[in-house]
Amino acid sequence: MKTIYLDNAASTKMDDAAIEVMTNFMRNDYAVASSQFSHRPGILVKDALENSRLTVAKAIGAKEDEIVFTSGGTEANNLALFGTAKAFAGKRNHLITTKIEHVSVKDSAAELSGNGIKVTYLDVNNEGFIDLDQLNDAIDDDKTFLVSVQFANQEVGTVQNVAEIGKICRSHNVLFHTDSALSFPSIPLDVRKLNIDLATFSAHKMYGPKGAGALYIRNKTPIKKIMMGGFNEFNLRGGTENVPAIVGFAESIRRFDKKDVEKVQDLRNKLWTSINKSIEDVHINGPADFSKRLAGNLNCSFDRVEGESIVLHLDMNGIAVITGSACFSRSLEPSYVMMSLGFSHERAHSSVRYSFSKFNNEDEIEPVSEATKKVIERLRQISPVKKAI
Amino acid sequence: MPIPYSNKVIDHFLKPHNSGSIKDADAVATEGSPACGDMVKLYLKVDKKTKKIDDIKFESYGCASNIATASIITDIAKGKTIEEAKKVTWKAADELLGGLPPVKIHCAVLAVDSLHAAIENYEQSHGLVKNPKTTTKEIVLSRLKHVINPLTGFNVIKADLINDVVINNGIVTVYTKLAGDHQFAANIKEEIIERIEPLWDVKKVEVKFDD
Repeated sequence: MKTIYLDNAASTKMDDAAIEVMTNFMRNDYAVASSQFSHRPGILVKDALENSRLTVAKAIGAKEDEIVFTSGGTEANNLALFGTAKAFAGKRNHLITTKIEHVSVKDSAAELSGNGIKVTYLDVNNEGFIDLDQLNDAIDDDKTFLVSVQFANQEVGTVQNVAEIGKICRSHNVLFHTDSALSFPSIPLDVRKLNIDLATFSAHKMYGPKGAGALYIRNKTPIKKIMMGGFNEFNLRGGTENVPAIVGFAESIRRFDKKDVEKVQDLRNKLWTSINKSIEDVHINGPADFSKRLAGNLNCSFDRVEGESIVLHLDMNGIAVITGSACFSRSLEPSYVMMSLGFSHERAHSSVRYSFSKFNNEDEIEPVSEATKKVIERLRQISPVKKAI
Repeated sequence: MPIPYSNKVIDHFLKPHNSGSIKDADAVATEGSPACGDMVKLYLKVDKKTKKIDDIKFESYGCASNIATASIITDIAKGKTIEEAKKVTWKAADELLGGLPPVKIHCAVLAVDSLHAAIENYEQSHGLVKNPKTTTKEIVLSRLKHVINPLTGFNVIKADLINDVVINNGIVTVYTKLAGDHQFAANIKEEIIERIEPLWDVKKVEVKFDD
């Protein structure tokens, strides 16, 4: 059975070019970059590392020494939150974030709040947008050390008004961190224009490898390292750089093509049109205005059916998607993102996320829509919930 | 298979036995709520003389574990007397299904609970309870612990939604703290009635809203 992979917001298939570059690199360039003052093999690796850094920097309008490579988005988010908290220790102790951040920000904020930091979690409306006035009011010019708001949401695809958020933070002279793991490079990002001080990137969400990511850190940003073990990465991240993955990461950025975003958007739109036309009682989760959501993201809830059963049935049809249902998670709690949007438990339990990549094709749309229709009809037949609650 | 379910679970999940409803059921029981991610409704048709389960059906809003368990326990219970069917446990179902993931056990328990609750409802409403207890406020409140507010996923007792229960000549009146136009008022009312009505000495259940 052919697999139709629609869980690209979790991780994408890799670009062949990136795999190629990485494979060659692993075979030939195995020295460590920090040996640049000792031997030639080290210099070659250092060159590759710095070339990759330049690629990332150029792509976001930053300087090379503003890019710190990490093991991925999670580590970059940890460094942004813990690193700035550490730098401001004894001076500022207030962090602002939202209720729908990725777990790496959410859990870092929770950990900090247990350690003397006051955390404000901004509400989101039923489409996942924060209220800019609430943000403005929440900032304490003397106490707030960081505002961390994701660029786009992993589950419902909401793209925040980052330009305005950046302006507000700048007007208060407060650091602004944005987790752009899901949005970059699909949504271009210029750190200067957007007044971003820290930004998180992840390679495996953009056709690159797992195990590589980066944190953009604007020069002069107060931050301290949290991973000890050497002077690597401008003394902001100890440990040998995962250079094979980093060159793969850079290659995936070089291969990025704007046309792929249009393709992904088109596929998403077609699937939604088809599902919305053929299945009754289905609701879109996240922005109804598709121009305000991630290109490849479709998240919807099907009344009267439970998400895990839907995705398991779809998996039996070779279709890989996920749900915000509690049954799907180990925690037995429905998606906190869905709950923060103010939806009922049932709506969260009935939600399915389809996320596309450039490797998906138009001939996959009808099979997915048809399989979804069949599965929903079947499950509704055996459901004790006869009308939408 | 990367999926944490046995082949047996998947078989029952994909082709559940005894799914559907029984129009003139002798007893019905619902456990769980869509709010909890699992809800199962079980229907019984029982032979009055032999007390054998002639027909049994279930409906499920739930995950594979819930559907598969409901499927297999309805298979087991069919044709058995209600006394025999009472002995069905989730452990037996778990064993027959080749083992469920530990995190999914509660979904199986829910399915088994619905069988036991349906049998109890049958006994209550058919005068089969030995030394029946007069329905008290405590009994009603304890049954209401199975009625769940779809909005929060908490039962109406835990969510503090019940003001009072008054029992008078077999008429049970449940006073809720909910407004009549609460989005789930009709739903909660229906569930309260379904929970209390089968009690042997209850003639009628009234649900009052706080208007």
